[in-house]
Amino acid sequence: MIERLGASIIDSITRLGNFVLFLATAVFYVLLPPYKPRLLIRQIRTIGADSFFLVGLIGLFTGMVLGLQGYNTLRRFSSEGALGTVVALVLVRELGPVLSAIMITARAGSAMAAEIGAMQATEQVDALTVMAINPVQYLVSPRILAGVISFPLLTSIFDVIGIWGGWLIGVGLMGAPNGPFFNGIAQNMSRHDIATGIEKAFVFGIVVMWVCCYKGYYAARMATGVSRATTEAVVLSSVMILAWDYFMTSILL
Amino acid sequence: MNEVRQNGNGAQPAIVVRDLKRRFGQQQVLNGVNIDLPTGEITTIVGPSGCGKTVFLKHLNLLLRPDSGSIVIDGADVTKLGTRGLDGVREKFGMLFQAGALFDSMSVFDNVAFPLVEKTALSRSEIRDRVLEVLKQVGLEGMERKFPSEMSGGMQKRAALARALVRRPKILMLDEPTTGLDPTRTHSIHALVRETQSKFDLTAIMVSHDVPQVFEFSDRVAYMHLGKIELFGTVKEVMASDNPNFRQFLAGRSTDEEERPLSQVIATPGR
Repeated sequence: MIERLGASIIDSITRLGNFVLFLATAVFYVLLPPYKPRLLIRQIRTIGADSFFLVGLIGLFTGMVLGLQGYNTLRRFSSEGALGTVVALVLVRELGPVLSAIMITARAGSAMAAEIGAMQATEQVDALTVMAINPVQYLVSPRILAGVISFPLLTSIFDVIGIWGGWLIGVGLMGAPNGPFFNGIAQNMSRHDIATGIEKAFVFGIVVMWVCCYKGYYAARMATGVSRATTEAVVLSSVMILAWDYFMTSILL
Repeated sequence: MNEVRQNGNGAQPAIVVRDLKRRFGQQQVLNGVNIDLPTGEITTIVGPSGCGKTVFLKHLNLLLRPDSGSIVIDGADVTKLGTRGLDGVREKFGMLFQAGALFDSMSVFDNVAFPLVEKTALSRSEIRDRVLEVLKQVGLEGMERKFPSEMSGGMQKRAALARALVRRPKILMLDEPTTGLDPTRTHSIHALVRETQSKFDLTAIMVSHDVPQVFEFSDRVAYMHLGKIELFGTVKEVMASDNPNFRQFLAGRSTDEEERPLSQVIATPGR
């Protein structure tokens, strides 16, 4: 009984260590030549460019609902003029990085876990090793770097489209004053607010790619293993995004 | 135990394995493997499922590390090497995986060119020539634009063999190269292996299920049982052996051992 408890604790700690070491190795190989710009660009396309439409769409609707809710709430205090500030701050500080990260996880992260898992199941990862090509360097490092580059950019796009969405509904449809909407943003949004959002996106980029690549890489070598890895990748990424978000907010606030 | 053990005809063995042991959880999968794999010959490792032959091959191609024992290739014990040293040894290998392990995101040409593009400084035209030449050797002329998903199992195996051969390795390892193929294709893959082996004077190590057909194309046979090499010798010697386990295996009767689901035991690519 005690032996089994001990074994399971040792097992968990080993796995956690493996998880951390995986990231450390991948980051190490990002810095180490040979650099493969072609692999990086392909991953930026898959993670970044191909997620553009989805992230924009979600940004638009998030902004629109913020415009609607914000207007209705602020009207009770007769402060519709603050609508722009509210929408922009909520998006830039919180919803932009978090929702973009979750959407990219769902779209690109899941595909990544499944792809690497399937490569593992069909011995393609072993084939790389046998050819003296480090699979972490070839498969994981470019993805982590691509995530770090793509996430802040997509988050910025999300923020801008979201603010326009809020404007469209708040000002265009509900009739909040136009001038204060943008004036408020210009006056109340500090460099620090923007930096907070971008820093979050940067960290989420690492976390999502790390989790999704790890889950795929260590998937059991069969069809059910790949499907389980994909599910776990999305669930763990989402949980880690929200948990990290809380801690980062409390530190960066 | 009946042992027929002979060195190659005076030549230096390509790979010397001594007392190789590896355990997965509670299972002692390799239980002291000893074998001298002769240079320039095809050695086929046979044995019942779960006897450890695939795991043994994964140790030879350095995908797994043993708990104890040594594997000496060209005078160096590879079990003691670090990552960089291992990569140096791997350059001497070509490996054909069970399911081919072609990269499905790449065309046949890119698959075969991949080791050259990644690991050599050859120019584009040199790479092109080498790839087309090796594709011709394996009988896949004109197929270079196809993707693995558009090809039959036999053709995929040929493409994978081309990829294994493109760097002109000294040692070729084949993990059940004919699994999932019909008898005609099995025969043609075996013949192809034999042909390339003699053409390039390769040392080939093959793990196979196709008993006894594969003996026709082998120089030596090693019979593995419960994580040990029980029999090793020329095809003639092994066929003449009266080892009861081997006779039973040849007759196609299952032995008393439990089938071990190794695919699950080695699910994670830890070293």
